[in-house]
Amino acid sequence: MTEGSAGSDEEKMTIIAFSGDLDKLWPVTILASTAAANGMDVTVFATFWGLFPLVKDGEKIGHDSMTKMMSGMNAPGFTKAKLSKMNMGGAGSSMMRKVAAKSNLLPPEDLFEMCLDMGVNVWPCQMTMDLLGIRADQMRPGLGQPAGAATALARMAKSEINLFI
Amino acid sequence: MDVAKTVDATGQKCPMPILMTAKAAKELSPGDVMLIIATDAGARSDVPAWVSQTGNELVESAEEGDVLKFYVRKK
Repeated sequence: MTEGSAGSDEEKMTIIAFSGDLDKLWPVTILASTAAANGMDVTVFATFWGLFPLVKDGEKIGHDSMTKMMSGMNAPGFTKAKLSKMNMGGAGSSMMRKVAAKSNLLPPEDLFEMCLDMGVNVWPCQMTMDLLGIRADQMRPGLGQPAGAATALARMAKSEINLFI
Repeated sequence: MDVAKTVDATGQKCPMPILMTAKAAKELSPGDVMLIIATDAGARSDVPAWVSQTGNELVESAEEGDVLKFYVRKK
């Protein structure tokens, strides 16, 4: 199950990744990868808008007309993530990505892959998947089993660091 | 000082110098020394923080202009 390393005495960090905004995906992926580099046991619980970046680019999500419309207005996939400020119909996001590339800051999708390589656990929220019509096979490979609030809380109770981003 | 491995993080921004350092450390044997070269000013405190968090040893550090150098011994 999802609490594979619960018995270890390593320091733990749990991030509740709620937002899905481009500018918030950077702190999620930077802190998760760096904590893993520090030898911590790291879990990212992805819920609500935070689940959207984990959907593969180009997937059509939604199980009825309303959820399909919502995914049309908030396209899933890392590359579709919007800035929380100054998005300006996508111009702001594209500018921010250019600024980041110029300054050698990796895009969040690359940092996310490094997180997975370094053993960060990523748990999709089962309730959000059901609510918004996201199937497990539509999400990126390498994620953990979908989980619920009780699993996330059990993990948070054992973590020295807990963040909601 | 014998350097078993060099991590060249020149031009890399946070968190890459630390991710590269952690990856290189996995390939070292205990007692080996690695040299980390970075130009991100944040590495000045980040590398020592990583060293203390992971229980390794900072043998020596130096600054040459904008270039930071750290010699770290794996425990």
